[in-house]
Amino acid sequence: MNNTDKKRGGWSWWYLLFVVQFAVALWPPLYNRAEPYLFGIPFFYWFQLLWVIISAVFTAIVYFAVEE
Amino acid sequence: MKEVNWIALTIFVLLFGFITWLGFAAARWRKGDLDLLHEWGLGGRRFGTVITWFLVGGDVYTAYTFIAVPALAFGAGAVAFFAVPYTIIIYPLMFLIFRRLWNVCHKHGYITAGDFVKGRFGNRWLALAVCVTGIVATMPYIALQLVGLQVVIGAMGISGTGLMADMPLFIAFVILAAFTYSSGLRAPASIAIVKDILIYVTAIAAVIVIPYELGGFGKIFAAVPAQKLLLAVPGPNTTGAYSAYATLALGSAFALFLYPHSLTGILSASSGKVIRRNAAMLPGYTFMLGLLALFGFFVIASGVDKLPEYAAGFKQFGNNFAVPALLLHSFPAWFTGVAFAAIGIGALVPAAIMSIAAANLYTRNIHREFINKNPTAKQESHVAKLTSLIVKLGALVFILFVPTKYAIQLQLLGGIWIIQTLPPVMIGAYTRWFNSWAMLVGWAVGTFAGTWMAFSVQLANTFPLHVGDHTFPGYSAVYSVILNLVIAIVLTPIFNAMAANKAPVDQTVAADYQT
Repeated sequence: MNNTDKKRGGWSWWYLLFVVQFAVALWPPLYNRAEPYLFGIPFFYWFQLLWVIISAVFTAIVYFAVEE
Repeated sequence: MKEVNWIALTIFVLLFGFITWLGFAAARWRKGDLDLLHEWGLGGRRFGTVITWFLVGGDVYTAYTFIAVPALAFGAGAVAFFAVPYTIIIYPLMFLIFRRLWNVCHKHGYITAGDFVKGRFGNRWLALAVCVTGIVATMPYIALQLVGLQVVIGAMGISGTGLMADMPLFIAFVILAAFTYSSGLRAPASIAIVKDILIYVTAIAAVIVIPYELGGFGKIFAAVPAQKLLLAVPGPNTTGAYSAYATLALGSAFALFLYPHSLTGILSASSGKVIRRNAAMLPGYTFMLGLLALFGFFVIASGVDKLPEYAAGFKQFGNNFAVPALLLHSFPAWFTGVAFAAIGIGALVPAAIMSIAAANLYTRNIHREFINKNPTAKQESHVAKLTSLIVKLGALVFILFVPTKYAIQLQLLGGIWIIQTLPPVMIGAYTRWFNSWAMLVGWAVGTFAGTWMAFSVQLANTFPLHVGDHTFPGYSAVYSVILNLVIAIVLTPIFNAMAANKAPVDQTVAADYQT
């Protein structure tokens, strides 16, 4: 019990996934280009939409790792 | 003047009638004593994962978002997509910081950010600063929701002169005020479900049907002028559009969860676990918001802005008319009615939550603190209900008598003001190292500097920060809150030394922040 309390309140290495999530989302040079297109959509747009999904997966991973 | 679109209007009125009934019926849902402030103003803190998802979704993705983000894409292009990284980074913040805030607020019965700051730092003036900032920043936000409503009402061809022109908005306002007064937070929580179903149906239909009508995404993006398609690559000695894009996302994200209505949505959750689960599930909305931003390009490709039948709308509402025009052009009248109802109801949900949040703040951190120190539970909830009416009346008067342009600019300033409460509220969730008076000075300087930056660029989105030969264009909210933090950090040891004999007051202990 004590062990889980500590895990829930403090730092977890899983939180590094959030850092990745932030860094990519906030670094426009990484995705500010048109090529490659996907279904006619420029990279700038489809990559950020894809990153939404990946971010959600990251958050879910952290949730299960920290909470369960 | 153009004709009234009767089919769309009928569907719109029917759906509005339904949510009106739902708003009043919500008082009996998970029944609680609505004479208690936490029952009226936080829905009894009983909402589970699903309801919280709809409620926080209603907070973040408002009618104005649905109108303004595509309008920005239509007018300015790629920069509008900052809404996507913005809504990507809010959820880790929610996961980490707001879980802690939920825990401590639950433990001590705090209802507002002001309550927390007062308990944590024992400084009623800092709590007052947080409270006043919250109320002042929220008012134009409510007004903007009514702008969203105004645009769709206008798009259905309803027009008039003088008082009659404002009649539909007035009716919608009375409905909103009445069900908020009687049902509290339960009303927007239940209506948020209907709103989201309608929004999802609209967004999915539009994202399938319109590209099909326009000949595919390839053709749509080919119609977008090159300078709008991507961010401009920065020249030498400047971070250009890149730093603007990133700071807009970052600043908006921090500001969002400092707004009173976000905290109200979060505190109404039944457990900290609900908050964390939602942090993983809420990106569902972000994805949709990204799709909606693309509507701006659909507008460019469809050329509706050049059709004579929509000229009057564009003239009256500017780029905010882009989405309504696109929907009118692409869908049969009955479906346009559904879509417009989605936007209209999407205005009422956040407006209701915002007015409740502002009312909670006034009741707890001004009325109880400075006017009536020992109210009965019934008096307290009565003050909150009345305040929610006054706040909405203020927003309505604003929209009726002040040009829309000012509501948009004030909302921009609101983001700059609200982010100044970051040190006591967000950092306060982790440490009480800061001296409360140092934070108060930081808040004042940050508010002043941010406002000055915004005015110095005629209220444009970004401020060009010059350091040596380099220029860093960025969101004034980010620059001013950094200044605020630096001042608070520098002054803390000085103020502590001046009052060394005073023990700090803190109602909370470390364990209160954890499960």
